Amino acid sequence: MDHPIQKRRLSLAIIEAKGLTYTYPIGAKPAFEDVTVKIEKGEFVLLTGPSGCGKTTLCRCFNGLIPHFYGGKLEGEVTVAGLKVAESPISELAQHVGMVFQNPENQLFALSVEKDVAFGLENLGVPREEIREKVDWALKMTGIDDLRSRPPYELSGGQQQRVAIASVLAMQPEVIVFDEPTSFLDPLGARQIFEVIRSLNRDLGITMILVEHRLDLTARYAHKVMVMEKGRIALDGEPRKVLSSEEARLIGVGIPKATRLYNYLKANGASLAEIPLSSEEAYQAIKELSGHD
Amino acid sequence: MIKVEDVYFSYPNGVQALKGVSLEIQDGEFVAIMGQNGAGKTTLVKHINGLLKPARGRVLVDDVETAKMSVATLARKVGFVFQNPDHQLFSETVEEEISFGLRNFGFEEKTIKERVDWALNLLDLTEYRGVSPFMLSGGERKRVALASVLAWDPKIVILDEPTIGQDSQQKERLRQFITQLNRQEKTVIIVTHDIEFVAECKPRVVLMALGKIVAQGGAEKILTDPDLVSQASVVLPEIAQIFLKLADLGFPREVIDVYEAGRLLLERFGEAT
Amino acid sequence: MSMFDGFKFRSVSSPVHRMDPRAKFFYVCVLFAVAVMFNHLVPLLVLFVIQIPFVLVAGVQKEWLRSMKGSALFAILIFAMNVLSLYFYGGYESLAMILERSLAMTARFVVLIESFSIFFLTTSPDLLGLALEQSHVPYELCFAFTTAVRFVPVLAEEAQTIMDAQKARGLELEGGNFAKRIRNYIPILIPLIVNAIRRSLELAETMESRAWGANRRRTNLYVLRAGQKDYVLILLSILLLGGSIYISAFARIPSLIEILSV
Repeated sequence: MDHPIQKRRLSLAIIEAKGLTYTYPIGAKPAFEDVTVKIEKGEFVLLTGPSGCGKTTLCRCFNGLIPHFYGGKLEGEVTVAGLKVAESPISELAQHVGMVFQNPENQLFALSVEKDVAFGLENLGVPREEIREKVDWALKMTGIDDLRSRPPYELSGGQQQRVAIASVLAMQPEVIVFDEPTSFLDPLGARQIFEVIRSLNRDLGITMILVEHRLDLTARYAHKVMVMEKGRIALDGEPRKVLSSEEARLIGVGIPKATRLYNYLKANGASLAEIPLSSEEAYQAIKELSGHD
Repeated sequence: MIKVEDVYFSYPNGVQALKGVSLEIQDGEFVAIMGQNGAGKTTLVKHINGLLKPARGRVLVDDVETAKMSVATLARKVGFVFQNPDHQLFSETVEEEISFGLRNFGFEEKTIKERVDWALNLLDLTEYRGVSPFMLSGGERKRVALASVLAWDPKIVILDEPTIGQDSQQKERLRQFITQLNRQEKTVIIVTHDIEFVAECKPRVVLMALGKIVAQGGAEKILTDPDLVSQASVVLPEIAQIFLKLADLGFPREVIDVYEAGRLLLERFGEAT
Repeated sequence: MSMFDGFKFRSVSSPVHRMDPRAKFFYVCVLFAVAVMFNHLVPLLVLFVIQIPFVLVAGVQKEWLRSMKGSALFAILIFAMNVLSLYFYGGYESLAMILERSLAMTARFVVLIESFSIFFLTTSPDLLGLALEQSHVPYELCFAFTTAVRFVPVLAEEAQTIMDAQKARGLELEGGNFAKRIRNYIPILIPLIVNAIRRSLELAETMESRAWGANRRRTNLYVLRAGQKDYVLILLSILLLGGSIYISAFARIPSLIEILSV
């Protein structure tokens, strides 16, 4: 089945925000201020930062939950897939930007997996045969075809989260936002989810925005890392540069161990050729170093 | 001291959660119970505070069988902080929440006041004393739940998945806090699958899989053994993964700490670049 | 409560399970009407017996027996009340007639329980939800129904966890006078309710994010189509209804005593 998203990487921003500031209805001060970001089609963006930095709030601006579901005051401009978020209803934005939330349990309503995956398409009034096609495709893409008739409470957290991803995927959005999707999963379940995210990004060209604390497993796949602190974007750039920076260390994000090792060695006079983001890269770099020994 | 002697346990739906588990935990130890979801970790620790009673075998806390004690009696000695603080919080103010346990255990009003002040201070919650717990952020609610358990000063503290949803700074604070508890000679048991956190805390590790204990020992020994780790369906810490591969370059295998790793590498390559 | 056990859907597949819930519901309604039509024991016993094949074909004997057992207490109560009221206020009927009439009232109650039990035991909640949708019940209600059913096991588990968590803080749930016991449940109820509200907020976020309300004409992955068996059941039900109306209006129904003395 052909995915309608363009595979060529044009330098087109799929999400653009300028001077975005948001205050919750009962908030005394803004949840985030003066945020300017540009996310290109097909990018895999990692959004991280300490608790309360505003990353969860920011990602809800991308599909319209803010301002339409939460109310409050949104200043500045944010455009997603050509639509102005403040002026488009969530039901329209949801067709371009899908969202996967933290708790797998609360994203599944139906009594069978395939009915859950069909939910969004049913809401859109898509004809039955087309729903069937897209559901089958989404189940295959997330590797849960064999679970299609199972009820949600029989599934593990990791399986449930894959159902949530399939439900979003079935609507074929250009962007998928993940808000700490592995918080409740064990390491193997988390790995599986990151694998799915990575393969969807790589094979289908879907733009991914992943809000995460656990950077050990995800930094290696990202094209861009954005670090937020106290409601502002503190760092925005290439993962290796951002995560090995002193500022990242001071802000207190979960820098991958491999990168921390690199920093430690560098601070003590031993430089690895490349900044590693994963254990494999660290091993390769150290091996090279030993080659010079 | 906690003694688990060949315990078997099945849930009413028929699932055999523990199949002959034996374990000893000395006073003042710091133990991490690890394994995949469904391995039996939470089932095991629920036997220590008496929420579950063994079908076969015994569990003894300070030489008294848990089967002979009510949960409320055991809870005085064994504090259990559940994974989700929202399963415990119900009071109108943080202060009331923390005094809940103290009231249940029959402390005097004067003592309750003292202990509440102490617990608030210990977990940096004094400014929230009169605030409703429901108004606090996720991390703050976790601290309130912890404070409400520590308030009655249990000898043994069990934390079920304490690092879920926490950022690195919060985890570091937790790590230091556990060290503090150990220094006060409290026994701390954590149930977790957060490998990196365990790699930083370096407790004694008990690995479980399918209702049995697969291995136990120091964190460096257990978490660097790929066979054991895969048996328990856990993953190796990142540093351990690096050093597993570096073994053929003559490096020691049992390394899980970043600084230790860096030190070893500097020794070898020091001024090479 | 064991009476409610007999209403819980069991996930098995049988011809009865696969039948259109609308046909089954029509049949249950007809049965209800017919049961109310008759005061005599004999037809009510007949109604009781004709449902047993359904139970056997559907393979839900165990659960059905459990619901019968559970309703036994009520049945005995109804029987006793009828006997007493007929004896003291019923007019000068023989003791045997009083017993038979009371048994008839009891049988009516049992028949009703039996038919509803069979219906719920053999109809999966999602099929039921689908039937509601196709019967033009507003989608919001159908959705609320299936979502509620889907979360029953989740909430039950959460209630248990909350009880454990509070017991671990020294809360005693047993013992003490009535007022104290009610008060002791507050630490259980509040987290349960608060979490339910939080959960529904998260669900709402998800619903919005899946384009809820995008199209006023919602489509469905599944479609319920009545089959041969369903039409046969509907036909039989209509015949049953018609026949019963005729019999109760024009025929004289013998009492069990009369039949036995022949």
